[in-house]
Amino acid sequence: MNAHFHHESVGLDQLKLGTKARVQAIDWAALDEGEACRLRQFGFDEGVAVEPLHLGPFGRDPIAVRVGRMTVAIRRKHAGAIHVQPIR
Amino acid sequence: MNPLPLVAVAGNPNAGKSALFNALTGARQKVGNYPGVTVERKAGRLVLADGRPIELVDLPGSYSLDPASPDEAVTRDVLLGRQKGERQPDALVIVLDASNLDNHLRFALQLIELGLPTIVALNMVDLAKRDGLELDPAALERELGVPVIETVAVRRRGIAELQAAIDDMLSSPRCGVHKHVKSDLVHLQRRAREIATAAVVSETPVRRWTHRLDAVLLHPLFGPLILAAIMFVMFQAVFAWSAAPMAWIGDAVAWFSGVVSNAMPPGLLRSLVVDGAIAGVGAVITFLPQILVLFFFILLLEGTGYMVRAAFLMDRLMHGVGLSGRAFIPLLSSFACAVPGIMATRTIDDPKDRLTTILVAPLMTCSARLPVYTLIIAAFIPNTRLTWGVGLQGLVMFGLYVSGIGGALLAALVLRRGVLKGSSGGFMMELPKYQWPPLKDVVIGILTRAQIFLKRAGTIILGTTIILWALASIPQAGPGQKQSEVSIAGHIATGIETVVRPIGFNHDIALALLPAMAAREVAVSAIATVYSIDSPDERAGATRLVDNLRHRWSLPTALAFLAWFVFAPQCISTIAVTRRETNGWKWPLFMVTYLFVLAYLAAGATYWIAVAAGL
Repeated sequence: MNAHFHHESVGLDQLKLGTKARVQAIDWAALDEGEACRLRQFGFDEGVAVEPLHLGPFGRDPIAVRVGRMTVAIRRKHAGAIHVQPIR
Repeated sequence: MNPLPLVAVAGNPNAGKSALFNALTGARQKVGNYPGVTVERKAGRLVLADGRPIELVDLPGSYSLDPASPDEAVTRDVLLGRQKGERQPDALVIVLDASNLDNHLRFALQLIELGLPTIVALNMVDLAKRDGLELDPAALERELGVPVIETVAVRRRGIAELQAAIDDMLSSPRCGVHKHVKSDLVHLQRRAREIATAAVVSETPVRRWTHRLDAVLLHPLFGPLILAAIMFVMFQAVFAWSAAPMAWIGDAVAWFSGVVSNAMPPGLLRSLVVDGAIAGVGAVITFLPQILVLFFFILLLEGTGYMVRAAFLMDRLMHGVGLSGRAFIPLLSSFACAVPGIMATRTIDDPKDRLTTILVAPLMTCSARLPVYTLIIAAFIPNTRLTWGVGLQGLVMFGLYVSGIGGALLAALVLRRGVLKGSSGGFMMELPKYQWPPLKDVVIGILTRAQIFLKRAGTIILGTTIILWALASIPQAGPGQKQSEVSIAGHIATGIETVVRPIGFNHDIALALLPAMAAREVAVSAIATVYSIDSPDERAGATRLVDNLRHRWSLPTALAFLAWFVFAPQCISTIAVTRRETNGWKWPLFMVTYLFVLAYLAAGATYWIAVAAGL
């Protein structure tokens, strides 16, 4: 699986607010079944454009992420399983 | 008689489904529960242009047919004709948020695959336009293969066209329903994105208002401050706005009780009607204004989209004690009353998160405790001023609220490490666009709550009150005997007294604890009744009651009584709603036990510390 992760990719949790990025790979194995299902339902998928918009006030958790035309709040832990590549 | 044709309304959460349902059915709605589960069933009647009525059912909002919550399971089961208490719908209206097509279309594709006669309502097209999105409904219709109607439910635009389309659909012969074909979710999502791209004529990526508002409302510093300010205003309003109507209801009950009292001959029957039914139900109905004000705020916060933001802001803190941000709202509602609070936990997906929230909700100081606190504080705490603007009485009241919150957080922490151990379910939520909820939807929501509340007051609470009255009145005391000792309730109180004596409670308190099970505030009237029954020559009244308390109770006893009420599960409605929401007796029994143990320990500790301190 690791071979898929391009060396330039970072976890979505590491991305600076307002940085547009494209999802390169999602580490489904790091998520339990329900969480993985929810992420898919919210439209997280390889190749989709995302952008972190807001951070929770305590411990910078959760993270509000724009996915397509939707904004979704996810916990930092889950964001870490989403590997993205910033769009320049 | 043939049943009316049944049309289901389905769609993603935040697609404007309820607004569309309200626009189609108006106030002709029936809210109930699906049997065996705690999911609300909302149905209404729609009359077509030719006068034919059809039944419309509003299915819980879902993201897909693979359920992640009890609500979503009901949506799937109804559509597949497997849900108990519901026929399979004859047709389906899918509500899509026009500005969220790439995501909402996936569920729509899943639904269309079911093969029911289907119409797509492309809702909120006005907002999509404002967001710089121009759509081609004809292209969408071609790709999906079902009729697509543009609507703006909150402004009733497109509603007549939608009704006409429903009419057409029901008139045309129906084909069979497929089984749920479990298509690959990834495939469906990609197909959804393709169709969305095909249907979009032009797009400029802006969501101006939502964006600007979120920059402030989710700001790391201003966000929490604004949330605190909103909470403050809400609590002020719950007490301030409802003070007058509560007084009116109180006066009306008193007047009615007087009228009935004069009309009936004295005796057991009059006592049953006046002291039992009218006094008991009246005491509870008094709280209706507070509950409605609270619901007004909750519906407004929910309808505007702010509620999800509050959950976002609070998630990390709640996570610290093993709850999720979603628990914030139910716990907040529990300050008015734990019953709606516990019902509001339905939005929590994770079963353990939800159960923990239900179990700690009764620790939030509900409005029914206020009369008890107010009375005891007025009688025993001197009205001295500590510093400018801070009085001792107010400080004690505040301390009681804080003890409840602290107790709840501690209990959640312990529960999550013990009986409800396990990973917390995480927190994933859509942050919908901000919008003004139509006033009509808010009014319908409030009326529905009022109806549910009054129905409960008329059934469960009326029933318990009558039983308690009977226990307190039978057998009648002979001359020289005290009613409070002779009656069945008196004997039970004597039994309770042996248990609560060590924590400083006397026979009067033991007697009051029993009827206070029906509703906490009944403790006040129960104590008043005991003193007035025992010495009928004295006139009952608030000042008289305070004097009586001062003579008969010691300060440590009074403080222990307050500590007891912070924790004790003194409310049958809460126990009943917990049973309903957890589908069994196991968890309500657990809740009652752990809360009584907590209350006993807290009251005992308070009493003995106070005695040792020489108070």
